[in-house]
Amino acid sequence: MIEIRDLSKKFGSIDALNNISLNIRKGTITYLVGPNASGKSTLIKSILGLVKPTSGLITIDKEVLNGNYLYRAKIGYMPQVANFPENLTVKEILNMIKSLRDGIITYDEELISQFKLEKEFDKRLKNLSGGTKQKVNAVIAFLFCSEILILDEPTAGLDPVSSSILKDKIIGENKKGKTVIFTSHILSELEELAEDVIFLLEGEIRFTGTINNLISSTNKHNLERAIASIMNGN
Amino acid sequence: MAINVNILAKIIRYQIHDISRSFWLFIYTLFFLLASYGLITFSSDAPKVLISLMNITLIIIPLVSIIFGTIYLYNNKDYIILMLSQPIKRSTLYFGLYLGLVIPLILSFLIGIIIPIVFSKIDLGEHFDVLIFLFIAGIFQTVIFVSIAFWISSVYENRMLGLGLSIFSWLSFSVLYDGFLLIMIHYFQDYPLEKILIGFSLFNPIDLARILLILKLDIAALMGYTGAVFQKFFNTNLGIIISILSLIIWTVVPLILGKRRFAKKDF
Repeated sequence: MIEIRDLSKKFGSIDALNNISLNIRKGTITYLVGPNASGKSTLIKSILGLVKPTSGLITIDKEVLNGNYLYRAKIGYMPQVANFPENLTVKEILNMIKSLRDGIITYDEELISQFKLEKEFDKRLKNLSGGTKQKVNAVIAFLFCSEILILDEPTAGLDPVSSSILKDKIIGENKKGKTVIFTSHILSELEELAEDVIFLLEGEIRFTGTINNLISSTNKHNLERAIASIMNGN
Repeated sequence: MAINVNILAKIIRYQIHDISRSFWLFIYTLFFLLASYGLITFSSDAPKVLISLMNITLIIIPLVSIIFGTIYLYNNKDYIILMLSQPIKRSTLYFGLYLGLVIPLILSFLIGIIIPIVFSKIDLGEHFDVLIFLFIAGIFQTVIFVSIAFWISSVYENRMLGLGLSIFSWLSFSVLYDGFLLIMIHYFQDYPLEKILIGFSLFNPIDLARILLILKLDIAALMGYTGAVFQKFFNTNLGIIISILSLIIWTVVPLILGKRRFAKKDF
């Protein structure tokens, strides 16, 4: 579904991504893990066309990315930080995002009722708390029933109830055949959600495979220790 | 490089919704209302009112447009990222943000100037066309300085640097430039400087708008050296055409440069 070949990205003299190649299969949940500044966001943003790679190829459904933009209709993206024009209301921002795509009749608005967002609909975005903005952000990512969901630290800033609603939603969408890529620092989320892991360190892939492979390859008894062991360079 | 006009219109529409509710836009409108009302109340002499309005317009509009424009792009970075993850072309978003900011700013200015004039008994008479030129000048100042602001904030990631550059460009065009010309005139007064000065005035959008207005008001000789030279060198109509053309170039060039940068950059 998503194929990445020899992807490199330099910011000045810093290698944010260094010769990354990977495949993300359709219908899987992939967990992108790595310490801060390991290139997770750069990788995600390259897939979205927000960051222009220095070299390498990204292919989505056999379509090579080269500055084209219509392919993004297949992607629902939840950025790490949610911010919207501050004087618009929640309702207006949702209507605006909807109006940008033609020809979609059904919207997935399940999360609106689950998050109880209706009562916030007429509030301006500048008056919302960070957590509520993050909920709006999540609603937008799932709104178009996109085939690919890219979630950058989706549960950061959400309370436990909302966080588990979101996790259930991710699992539910995956069961419908959606491909999910997400990043998170909370390792327990990984065991709950993901099948595949991509471990990035300093712009390079240190491990790709299933969670069980990761644990057994490091001879550790749980995931947290397995990851720590890779981070320490073993 | 076709732009989806339908999407562009939608972006502009919501942008206007957002900005028209902004406190700062309200203050901006109020400022023009009070300035225009005050000047009309204190003087019944139409040319004097128009010249004062011109001077206010040529200082305030560039300043507000360039600062508002720069801050606007920096503050909305996360929103821009969200929009760019939608199936929209970068250039469409860029022009959408640009027009969505420029249109409310222009409307504020027009409303602020027009309302007091309509409700006062001031007789503009033969100077009505000068008022139209004042509007044209104000509109050009807005579109030019927002396009410079967007260019600056597309190039520089660091918002302090970007904002500093914006304020510096405003300062150069509105103050330093005139000082520079005066120094030149002073030191080279023995040489024929007319043509060179005309050339220089094309490099300052604020000066160009001022020339446009004073040519129209027929008081060029009273309004500084470049105005006098301009009128002497060209007849009034040619002068107006040349300054309008230069103002258009001043709008389009930064806008295109900014868009190119915006289309290429990493978010």
